[in-house]
Amino acid sequence: MTATGTGGRLRHGPGVARFAADVGPEGPVAVAGARTRWHSGGEPVREPRLVTAPVGIVEYKPDEMTIRIAVGTTVAELDAALAEHGQRSALPDRGGTVGGAVVVGENDRDVLSRGAVRNAVLQVSYVSSEGKVVSGGGPTVKNVSGFDIPRLTVGSLGTLGCLAEVILRTNPIPAVSRWFETRADPFALFDALLAPAALLWDGVTTWIHLEGHGPDVEAELVRASALGATAEVESPPQMPGPHRWSLPPAQLRGVGDLIDGRWLASIGVGTVLATAPQPGRELSASVTAVHDRMKQYFDPTGRLNPGRDPGRR
Amino acid sequence: MSMLEKARRRLGDRGARAEPATDDDRLLSELRLALAPDRVRFDGAERSLHAKDASVFRGGVAGPSCFPVNTEEVQAIMRIAAAHGRGVVPRGAGTGLAGGAIPLGAPIVVALTKMNRILSVDTDSRVAWVEPGVINLDLTRHLTPMGFHFAPDPSSQQVCTIGGNLANNAGGPHCLAYGVTNAHIMAMEVVLADGDVAMLGGLDPEPAGLDLRGVFVGSEGTLGIATKIAVRITKNRPAVRTLLLSFDSVSDAANTVSGIIAAGIVPAALEVMDHRITVAVENYVGAGYPRDAAAVLLAEVDGLDDGVGIDADRIAEIGRQHGATDVRTANDDNERALLWKGRKTAFGAIAQIAPDYYLHDTVVPRSELANVLEKVYAIADNYDLKVMNVFHAGDGNLHPLLLFDSREPGVLERVHAAGKEIVEASLDAGGVLSGEHGIGVEKQAYMDRLFSDDDLDHQDRLRRAFDPGCRANPGKVIPMGHSCADIQALRRVPTGVWG
Repeated sequence: MTATGTGGRLRHGPGVARFAADVGPEGPVAVAGARTRWHSGGEPVREPRLVTAPVGIVEYKPDEMTIRIAVGTTVAELDAALAEHGQRSALPDRGGTVGGAVVVGENDRDVLSRGAVRNAVLQVSYVSSEGKVVSGGGPTVKNVSGFDIPRLTVGSLGTLGCLAEVILRTNPIPAVSRWFETRADPFALFDALLAPAALLWDGVTTWIHLEGHGPDVEAELVRASALGATAEVESPPQMPGPHRWSLPPAQLRGVGDLIDGRWLASIGVGTVLATAPQPGRELSASVTAVHDRMKQYFDPTGRLNPGRDPGRR
Repeated sequence: MSMLEKARRRLGDRGARAEPATDDDRLLSELRLALAPDRVRFDGAERSLHAKDASVFRGGVAGPSCFPVNTEEVQAIMRIAAAHGRGVVPRGAGTGLAGGAIPLGAPIVVALTKMNRILSVDTDSRVAWVEPGVINLDLTRHLTPMGFHFAPDPSSQQVCTIGGNLANNAGGPHCLAYGVTNAHIMAMEVVLADGDVAMLGGLDPEPAGLDLRGVFVGSEGTLGIATKIAVRITKNRPAVRTLLLSFDSVSDAANTVSGIIAAGIVPAALEVMDHRITVAVENYVGAGYPRDAAAVLLAEVDGLDDGVGIDADRIAEIGRQHGATDVRTANDDNERALLWKGRKTAFGAIAQIAPDYYLHDTVVPRSELANVLEKVYAIADNYDLKVMNVFHAGDGNLHPLLLFDSREPGVLERVHAAGKEIVEASLDAGGVLSGEHGIGVEKQAYMDRLFSDDDLDHQDRLRRAFDPGCRANPGKVIPMGHSCADIQALRRVPTGVWG
């Protein structure tokens, strides 16, 4: 695929035009990626026509730490391309596509070091309800030109537009990555460590993921060990599932009373993976009113990914 | 003709001076009843002050100025404004440089400076709840004893407010590693244009629903007014090292910056100043900046001791490879603070050279920095203007300062023409219109260069989802003609109040 992005407005290659033709201006459509989060926000209804997003890396600029990529590409392919230049992105690899990862908006386990998905998407291009290609954001790492369409896309479940291409911010892969296990108090650990990549707690054991320059990881390890015996382990713990909770980090102190069954809490973040589902999170009436208008203005006929509701994500 | 002047003419602002219409009297008495008589002002001094912000643009026309002290009062103002069909423009410290707080169509000005309490700090969730009128640096000072700070640090941080930072998605030198304001806002209570109160975002990592908090940040007051803000607080780094690299050319400094990023290092800050501004700063603060360098690069790395040392050494090496003539490391906190004082007060130091300046704000890919800077100098030469460059080089965020004396006839036309060419050169290099100052009225006319009609139409849809009548800060960001509702909101104002 060829495309250029220099000088003012974004220009797209033939893959995006084909996708726009596939989506068209009429009839219910749903975008199928790898279907790893097919049930997120509700099942498809109205028997939508299935379409697939374009694939391929459009332009990777390692020196700028940005990559422009068609969103049907898998996260694994993205990771492989970035790794060749010692880089990675905020998107989690759960077997899915770049587009799926963006519109679902779940963060990576190591969000403390990789950053949140909502902060990684610099520019988006999508096919609108009218079948037109629309773009928002910009190619640079810093940009406040106009309204933040990219952030509107993250977590939208494709209900406002069918995502075609994104520009993502990338970041360097740290020199060293090591996992440790301890019985020390996870909240004291979070206070003591400067910048852990992850602190995962199951109520008894805490797994610490340390990344960075080798000597820094050693220094962090010394701080952790001062709070309790610490042993290096090969890999992170088994993640319980299939459910994902999102809690204020301060609530994690009482997480054992909140969740039945097995769970694993990300200290300082607030994500909890659990065997039990999180009770429904109701949106307030005023937020629902804005949501409803947003859907009405972006997709008046309700044809884009019908059945999906970002409020039930 | 300035952007604002053009907008005004399109909207038929005849600049007529007239006594407030009867509707204004009713409006004033309703506002005074809802707030308190002394917190609703409509005198000449207040209107004149609130007609402008820190930009070079001639002021707009302010309606009554209100100073609410809580959410309920902001809600009351919004409802009264809705009942009278009036626009509302929120205002913090008025330090904006794109004209975002300039009132168009005699809107009610909502000055949030009296809502300035830090409500709570929770170190478990790494969050502080603040009111919008809290001054940026006051928050960091409050957090210092707890070992935390608020990462966005615009140069105006001694006076600008968190609410203004939110509205503009403000940046600052240390946003290179930590991200701009949007990455540091977790939740907020907002009053929408119809007076409804909504809580956007959440303290949890992945709140349900669309990221309405994300789109509200940086919306320049056009989606509503934030009344309580949950900001992420950042742990202070135990080790910090600040390097000062000198160069014989601005290009060498710019190429060093792209070399550092290309090497996979993301320092806390990478700031470049050219010769002219460095001398002005040194005259002012005496921080030890070299007076003979064509450009200096201020590079800061923070984290843990060893890693900081490793990164600092690599930065010094990359600098030397790109022709650095001197590499100095600040010896202690005092020296470091003095270097930063110089950088952050650079705009004040300009008074030694010219009475006025126009500060631009564009972003280009980092690899294009040297190329675009050359063009910036050539453009200024062409228009017989002095230009200085002091900028957030690490994220490609240029800040060319065009210096002038506004008493000189015709100079403003040259300044605006040169500014236009600088914006064009940035876009041609694959850049964007603004990195941290916003669009306001300043860059509306350029939005067409970056976005198609369909792109702008979708931005307008986003805006109307929050504010269908476009009464929150009308006439901003989206160019006229792409936002019919804006024109209606502005035209609804009786002629008499255009005063």
